Amino acid sequence: MRFLRDYAHSPVAVFGLVLLVLVIFMALSAGFFFPKNPLGLAGRPLQWPLSNPAFLFGTDHTGRDIAAQIFHGARVSLVIGLIATAIAILIGILIGALSGYYGGVLDDVLMRITEAFQILPNFLLLLVFVAVFGSEFQTVTVAIGVVSWPPVARLTRAEFLSLRNREFVQAGRTLGMSDARLIFREILPNALPSVVVYSSVILAIAILLESALAFLNLSDPNIPSWGNLIGGGRNVLRVEWYISAIPGVAILLTVLAVSLVGQGLNDALNPRLQKQ
Amino acid sequence: MKFFSLALRRFTAALPALFIILSGLFLLLQLAPGDTVDALVAQVGGGDPTMIEELRKYYALDQSTSTRLGDYLWRLVHLDLGQSAIYAKPVAEVIIERLPATLLLMGSALALAIFFGMTLGILAARRVNRWPDSLISTLGLVCYAMPSFWFGLMGIFVFAVWLAWLPAGGFGTVGAGLTGVAKWLDIVWYLVLPTVTLALMFLAVYLRIMRASMLEVMTLDFVRTARAKGLSANRVLVRHVLRNALLPLVTLIGLQAGTMLGGSVVIETVFALPGLGRLAYESVVQRDLNTLLGIVFVSALLVIAINFIVDLLYARLDPRINASH
Repeated sequence: MRFLRDYAHSPVAVFGLVLLVLVIFMALSAGFFFPKNPLGLAGRPLQWPLSNPAFLFGTDHTGRDIAAQIFHGARVSLVIGLIATAIAILIGILIGALSGYYGGVLDDVLMRITEAFQILPNFLLLLVFVAVFGSEFQTVTVAIGVVSWPPVARLTRAEFLSLRNREFVQAGRTLGMSDARLIFREILPNALPSVVVYSSVILAIAILLESALAFLNLSDPNIPSWGNLIGGGRNVLRVEWYISAIPGVAILLTVLAVSLVGQGLNDALNPRLQKQ
Repeated sequence: MKFFSLALRRFTAALPALFIILSGLFLLLQLAPGDTVDALVAQVGGGDPTMIEELRKYYALDQSTSTRLGDYLWRLVHLDLGQSAIYAKPVAEVIIERLPATLLLMGSALALAIFFGMTLGILAARRVNRWPDSLISTLGLVCYAMPSFWFGLMGIFVFAVWLAWLPAGGFGTVGAGLTGVAKWLDIVWYLVLPTVTLALMFLAVYLRIMRASMLEVMTLDFVRTARAKGLSANRVLVRHVLRNALLPLVTLIGLQAGTMLGGSVVIETVFALPGLGRLAYESVVQRDLNTLLGIVFVSALLVIAINFIVDLLYARLDPRINASH
């Protein structure tokens, strides 16, 4: 309850939450409002928004309903973003926990690998993955997750380093608990809040990465991604600029919502910071 | 001399990570369907089996993976990046041709982002929780959430198509035959939109960290002492707060060097700039894996170099930190 009150204290965070709920609602109701295939032919191409009551946001250069693509695109963005974030967090926690808990040679090796991933520009690595494994929906999702984990690993490792010699861990060790139990049942729950808050940053970046990949036509062409639509509208930008403009606003608002909610969570969970 | 030994030491420290990157990518590319010979044969439109065998032997593709990995790394030590399949030139040559545009774009975007990020961050921190702060912080959030390629497209529509103030893309007027200063001014003209587009997201991040670290440093004891000494508000800000508040910003620049290179892939594609990022995109589309690997290698070196410069800067800003560490 206290937490909710803290969260509601910030109007910006509440605005972010409302925006996020709206995007989730779009994703869930996409099948209800637009039951037909959003990538199928819907009407005459290049109809401006509001010019035809049947197509609120108009139609694109191949005669597809933009509103339908926006609603279904919300689904694609959220699903890819959430799964990729989950993958990044799983890998990051595992590597960070092992590295921070055991230290020594294992820490050295794992940190060199983390460093390697951080030196590589992650969008470039994403391009390599797509070039090698193709650009199906699943591949793209996994690839985004695989390039996004290093910050999580660093964060988890730092938390583990500060927690691993606390009294409660030593007590557990004296009781004869196994390493696995100490790591996952004792230390991890204490390290988790900061990781959860950070996941909003990963989610925001994952959504942006997916849209950039789709914009370059390197994501799955068979799913209605916002980035795809922007890329398609690029060829008719000089006159029918709305085709690219509308999905861009959708991405902007979604990423904004995720960031604001993440920031709100952070402030509510760390009341110390609020005083600033 | 000290500089060189320092640079050498830093490079040696980065070697394990570099080794992991290169061997990891090499093995990854083994998983890609088809090899160089398949690509070559496809390009000339088929060939007879004995010739294909010969070619495989020529490119040492009949050797075991570990031998080839060793070979590959050994060639990299000599900075031999192999042959580009689509450009029919050594990869190193192709990359060097494309490097200036990317460096120019990154450098100018970084300068822009740092300058405005710092200025806006300081302004926001000085008026904390009042309307200038709210306005600047909101602006920062929006810039951060904006997909850069979309901003680029909208920029092209507004400034190139609608207002016709700036060129829509490219790297200098084609066939204008300009030389000297005029040529450079022309390029700057073409780089305005791409630079702003790439800088925007980093500006947002720098602004936010600048504001936070200014607020934090302002509460420290030495700032109170400086004020108590009777220094003017501006002097305290510039000499005492700013210098210390800059440290997190400098760290972030190093951390984000890779992100910026990644961002330039998209920006260069949007604005048709002949840079490294666009080359990466072309080599993915045309399956020129040799070139792609070379670009990744050069990018990794670039990121390491940028981090080295950042560390030197760090030591300059804060004498307590020793760069040789």
